[in-house]
Amino acid sequence: MPRAAKIPIRKNPILRTRQPTLPPASRSRVALGLTAAAARGRFELQVCRDCGAVQYPPREVCRDCLSHRLAWRQQDGRGELVTETTLRSAQELYFRERLPWRVGIVRLNAGVNVIAHLHERVGTAPCRVRVEVALDRAGQAALIAVPEQGRPHLSDDPRLREMTCDPRGRKILVTDGKSVVGQAIVRALAAAGAEVIWIGEAEPWKKVAGLEALRELPPATVVPLDVTDGKSVRELAGEIGAKVDILINTADHHSAFSIASRRGVETAQSEMDVNYLGLLRLAQEFAPLLKARAADEPANAIAWVNLLSIFALANYPPHGTYSASKAAAYSLSQALRAELRPAGVCVINLFPGPVDDEWDQLEMPPKLSPVSLASAVAEALKGSVEDVYPGDVAQDWLARHLDNPKALERELEEGAR
Amino acid sequence: MKVAKKAPAKKRSPKAMTNDPAALLSGVVGSRGVTLVDLTQTLSPDFPPIVLPPEMGQSRPFRMEEISRYDDRGPAWYWNNVSFGEHTGTHFDAPVHWISGSDLPNNSVDSLPIEHFIAPAGVIDCSTEAQKDADFLLTATHVKAWEKRHGRIAAGSWVLMRTDWSKRADPVAYQNLDATGQHTPGPDPGCVRFLVQERDVLGFGTETIGTDAGQAAHFKPPYPCHYYMHGAGKYGMQCLCNLDRLPPTGALIVAAPLKILQGSGSPLRVFAIVPKR
Amino acid sequence: MVAPAGYDDVVLAAPVTIPYVRYSIRSAHWFLGRALGGLIAAAKIPKARIDGLAVASFTLAPDTAVGLTQHLGLTVRWLDHVPMGGASGIVSIRRAARAVQSGDAEIVACIGGDTNHTDSFRRNTSVFSQFSQDAVYPYGSGGPNTSFAFLTAYYMRTYGAERKDFGKLCVAQRNNALKNPIALFKKRLTLDQYLDARLVADPLRLFDCVMPCAGAEGFLVMRRATAVEFGLRFARLLGAIERHNAFPDDPVQYRGGWAMDRDALYAQAAVGPDDIDFLETYDDYPVINVLQFEGLGFCKEGEGTAFIRANTFEADGSFPFNTSGGQLSVGQAGAAGGHLGITEAIRQLTGEAKGACVANARHGLVSGFGMINYDRGVCSGAAVLAAA
Repeated sequence: MPRAAKIPIRKNPILRTRQPTLPPASRSRVALGLTAAAARGRFELQVCRDCGAVQYPPREVCRDCLSHRLAWRQQDGRGELVTETTLRSAQELYFRERLPWRVGIVRLNAGVNVIAHLHERVGTAPCRVRVEVALDRAGQAALIAVPEQGRPHLSDDPRLREMTCDPRGRKILVTDGKSVVGQAIVRALAAAGAEVIWIGEAEPWKKVAGLEALRELPPATVVPLDVTDGKSVRELAGEIGAKVDILINTADHHSAFSIASRRGVETAQSEMDVNYLGLLRLAQEFAPLLKARAADEPANAIAWVNLLSIFALANYPPHGTYSASKAAAYSLSQALRAELRPAGVCVINLFPGPVDDEWDQLEMPPKLSPVSLASAVAEALKGSVEDVYPGDVAQDWLARHLDNPKALERELEEGAR
Repeated sequence: MKVAKKAPAKKRSPKAMTNDPAALLSGVVGSRGVTLVDLTQTLSPDFPPIVLPPEMGQSRPFRMEEISRYDDRGPAWYWNNVSFGEHTGTHFDAPVHWISGSDLPNNSVDSLPIEHFIAPAGVIDCSTEAQKDADFLLTATHVKAWEKRHGRIAAGSWVLMRTDWSKRADPVAYQNLDATGQHTPGPDPGCVRFLVQERDVLGFGTETIGTDAGQAAHFKPPYPCHYYMHGAGKYGMQCLCNLDRLPPTGALIVAAPLKILQGSGSPLRVFAIVPKR
Repeated sequence: MVAPAGYDDVVLAAPVTIPYVRYSIRSAHWFLGRALGGLIAAAKIPKARIDGLAVASFTLAPDTAVGLTQHLGLTVRWLDHVPMGGASGIVSIRRAARAVQSGDAEIVACIGGDTNHTDSFRRNTSVFSQFSQDAVYPYGSGGPNTSFAFLTAYYMRTYGAERKDFGKLCVAQRNNALKNPIALFKKRLTLDQYLDARLVADPLRLFDCVMPCAGAEGFLVMRRATAVEFGLRFARLLGAIERHNAFPDDPVQYRGGWAMDRDALYAQAAVGPDDIDFLETYDDYPVINVLQFEGLGFCKEGEGTAFIRANTFEADGSFPFNTSGGQLSVGQAGAAGGHLGITEAIRQLTGEAKGACVANARHGLVSGFGMINYDRGVCSGAAVLAAA
């Protein structure tokens, strides 16, 4: 159980805001394989296909038999902490600001040594531990040793908490709180202990019963926000942008048309205007404000969450124009990630399959319930990931895409799912 | 939404030349001077567009994207790209907008007779009734009662339904939607038939989001103002404001829509020339 | 396996030290160039007679030994750049020795040196190796402090060493350094000061850590006949070993590569540990000294603590050790850290010690160590030298 974060103390306005620093970010290309798995919350190491030896640090050929056939495989991380130290002095500003810092060498059962950050619940060496992976503020994989028994959360350790984007005690903007998914996300964040949730509402003359009920939640405040209107985005950013810790972009224009089933581009223009340009407008107005407060501890800006779609990965022709707009948003989110990286603000993308809402009404089950999707958002923020594929369909498509994207393209052409 | 079948062919061409511009303008020149009244809402992203069910094609609200503002994008100038639907904000409806007017000659904004862009107006005050009942309907009876006091409505003139609805600055109140749809005042079918067939008006204008009442989808025929007016080659104007500053008769309306190729309508700057009494 | 050939006839001469400074605005070329100049002046030989060059430096980049040939105006027929950190000195001796034995070169200048700007250390450690970049530096950016803290903690826990044992070595080295005019540390160090100093990386405290500085060390390798020709004092090379990536499966580096080859070293040198009159170790942190005591056979593996408690380590003690003060009291001039013990050994064996003097020094052992590529020092080496 994460212990409650202290209610943030009001900041002294005459003090200069702390500027963000990052842990060392350089990695060789082969080491980025660790990061790729960590982005999806997986701890993987290379295993030699020919002799089975596990490799660490990451490398190009097997340390035993020199085979180049190394494959990334998930690890359970169990091992022994053989030695440790507490650093009182560090060369990089990031660690200098966070001293003392505890690290150790873990001998994994898999037969390799890893240097890892030590969770504060880990006892003194020697002791049994489990190594997990997280993403550090530079967006790179970080190995963390936790006690073998029990599952302490990263956010239980104040130093490691900032490798998560824990919504507890945070101020969060949900850009569209009217959709069923948006409403479910607001509820999930309130349950996760968010301090403030701004709920964006476009077209207030279109009333939705669920939104009225949300107004009753203590953290909730409804604010006007239409992501197709630059003025609206600019005005909201001016009003609350400097307080937002987490921005969750739920604004989504979804229609269910292929190229031929809808003449004219009006619908596609709306999809692009909301799903792609809406993200761009939000990014232009809010990203600089999040960056400026990325180190404004203890209530700093930490995350940007995009609700994309598994259709962004591979076009689903019955929702062909919608898929293209989500693909555009996905691409732009990568640019956003690059721009937010120097400040250590993470961009988390979710790629759900069809959701049980009005636009996926005709899709066959399994479909993701809005509550499940909202839960995936909350869990992603509490964890340390950046690419999330919630639900069975998303997992299935991801596996097919990674295995052979052209085969998936053909399968989708046939309308198979 | 069921759209009524087109009425059997009884094509009328728009009345030609009933309003001689010289005659109109000389009517005000000789008076004690004129007041110009702007009847146009500002084109702004905040102004709500008409609401259609989500599976229909949607009309765009007004949007502005700045090109430059005396900056690196353009050091000495400020300008914007704007986008909007033809029926966004204070706008003009041409006969081609409705299926009933689709076959008429000169039925799109680029082909309308330019002489129709200056015309007299009768302004019917329904503000009290609309205040009490958002679904208030103007009837032929109401119109005839108004004529008893202000004289017969002239052929080739606008009939403007003043409701003070434009004073609803909150877009939620302006749209006035609930689970049963939109609730805004407008003319009933009989009123429209009367104005078209008995009075040969130029067109009908309102302060609300449509010339038809909010619940007009359920009338017989649905959307009677659009159906009958455009079917007879006549026009509509909506989202007007400041009708409370116009006299019941005597105002001259200047309403010239944009010359869009085969356009069904356009936002426009519409104003009244009101002789001082 | 064939036993390696001996080093008959190979000698080391002209030990040169360019005084250390904490920070310098000069480049490494300045220090290395001055070292070469110092060698020529000390040996009184024409520059053109130096036909071999072995260089070790961290801050010479983008140059290597190649750039130095033009920079310093040397034309050589044997050239080596040795990137092995504190083992570079010993490895340079091994390379140069074979060169002069075979006639590939006549006089080889072996120089190690570095500059030190205010950000040199951070720059060098942040890109030290691919494994360090990928798997060490992101975990606290503690640099070598992290690695040696791991080692020290493990050694203390496993073998019962206490801080006072390491402190005894540091105090003795400082006592030796007080007599050394070029040592950067000039004040006596007490055991209490050592024990109470501020923590750096538990269990390491301030006086466990070497001070990076700028400077250079150099010496010449040649055949005995050449040294006689120039009337040089010299030390004889009796044996030398090197080993890299030893014991890769040890969970933590509790023994260094010397343990694999020390028997061969003593066989080649035809002497044993008891014949050694002084030991110059590579000492960037105290614990590595203990690994060298054990690895080089002065005590059994794991018994370094008892060895420390049973001996005194000043130049006039029962076990003369790091008689110049070692890096911990003189300073670590980058890659010259592994050459410092060699020049000191030559001075002791030629009767030209600058500071503390080992009486009747006939045999000395110098060892080198370096390159924490990931979680252990990969390079190690040692050489046995004798008086003429």
